[in-house]
Amino acid sequence: MTTPVIQVGHASVGYDGRPVLRDVSLTVTAGEVVAVLGANGSGKSTLIRAVLGLVPLGTGTVTLFGVPQRRFRQWHRIGYVPQRLGAGSGVPATVREVVASGRLARRGVLRPPGRADRTAVEAALRAVGLADRARDPVATLSGGQQQRTLIARALAGEPELLVLDEPTAGVDAASQEAFAGALHEFVGTGGTVLLVAHELGPLRPLISRAVVVHQGGVCHDGAVPEPAGHHAEPDHDHVHPHGPEEPAGLWSS
Amino acid sequence: MDLFQYDFMQRALLGALVIGLTAPALGIYLVQRRLALIGDGIGHVALTGVGAGLLLNRSPVLVAVVAAILGAVTIELVRARGRTSGDLALALLFYGGIAGGVMLVGLSDASSANLNAYLFGSLTTTSPADLTTIAVLGATIAVLMLALRPALFAVCHDEEYARVAGLPVRALNLLLAVATAVTVTIAMRAVGVLLISALMVVPVATAQQVTRGFRSTMTAAMALGLFAAGAGVWVAATADTAPGASVVLLAIGSFLVVALAAAGWRVLRRRATPAVATTPEPHEVVLR
Repeated sequence: MTTPVIQVGHASVGYDGRPVLRDVSLTVTAGEVVAVLGANGSGKSTLIRAVLGLVPLGTGTVTLFGVPQRRFRQWHRIGYVPQRLGAGSGVPATVREVVASGRLARRGVLRPPGRADRTAVEAALRAVGLADRARDPVATLSGGQQQRTLIARALAGEPELLVLDEPTAGVDAASQEAFAGALHEFVGTGGTVLLVAHELGPLRPLISRAVVVHQGGVCHDGAVPEPAGHHAEPDHDHVHPHGPEEPAGLWSS
Repeated sequence: MDLFQYDFMQRALLGALVIGLTAPALGIYLVQRRLALIGDGIGHVALTGVGAGLLLNRSPVLVAVVAAILGAVTIELVRARGRTSGDLALALLFYGGIAGGVMLVGLSDASSANLNAYLFGSLTTTSPADLTTIAVLGATIAVLMLALRPALFAVCHDEEYARVAGLPVRALNLLLAVATAVTVTIAMRAVGVLLISALMVVPVATAQQVTRGFRSTMTAAMALGLFAAGAGVWVAATADTAPGASVVLLAIGSFLVVALAAAGWRVLRRRATPAVATTPEPHEVVLR
């Protein structure tokens, strides 16, 4: 039995004293593709943010590749794809420049980029189908293409584990397909995936296990649940009013 | 042009050129982080340092560097904690800084002309020792900003991602804060506390009217800063105007010219390619 890639033991997280996750345990082993599902505000994004150390744990433990998260330093083994690119920065940046950031975890802060870095960036751009947009400013891309840029940034670091926060939310169909293709390729090379999703869409065939979070606790851990009721209709357009954003971010209260 | 035969004018020009090159190299990160006016705030704090230096008969610039670094690090810590009251804390620091500076200068024997030199710059009084300080500190900051560009870009672009990538985010943020403080204090000699942000921000704003990427924006902004500083000092020498104000007005003039030209070019390009748009769409129905 190999060491689990991610191990969460009895974790609790609260924002300003309000509990968001209660006694959550989760194990992800190498090669698995685990989807964390749940309604808005269920705590599913908080779960992966806690795994990455972006929100502090109240109680419980998180280990990454067998090392307690607080002592974990091999961040190049993890590729993180946030929900969206921040509010957009004031200065233009090309797609390639953003994707090249993904090499920093592997290269370190001081070393200038070399040939291996450039090759990895090109490969990541091709994997998400954005090679022809590499020189364009990110701000001129569609939402789906910006999301693909973020995935390319994570892939450029050649990680063993990808952690994705709602990668397909509000993304056009073409980008979803391109994204599913890139993920399929990553899994084919032995990669491990933990992703948060609201709906699975074209990712569904890739998922090996689903964890459903409900009101801050895990209520299902196993096969991907079948859609029920009107959600199961083939032409069901998954549109509904979104709930309040989960508390997060440096600048929000 | 004869004026440039004098040593003091040569020093003024060199000092301005170093600052013109350094300020945008740092400023681009502040603009990217949407903290364009932070240089202004730190300048206010530096003024308290100037006042304290004059009062204690110590080098005003050195005391200002210390005050500005303390102020910048405080601002960074407030920002990193992400308290909603951060905005108000910054306001307190800024206004406290300028009020403290004015009060301390008043308490010392220094004249109001002395205060003016720091508020609006006094390039022509740059001593050889001043020039050495400006050149060494300015070059150090410019080199750091260029050498650490990938990491600083990542931190300013997406701080959470940088944290998950294992970058030393706190150290890089503090480096930016200290570099801002040092740049503000060396630029204080050239353009004055009240105009410092202009040299950090305006060349970047001008560059990004026409550039597509971060690296090209940085290169263009540094070139524009160099141009504004050099041409500003030349204008000041030939037309006998205030050097700081001349430099800043030239930078803003370049912005207006480039912004108008870029807008005009966009309009022309849109007019030049209407061929596709004017192709009539096929009729959906045929009325007889």
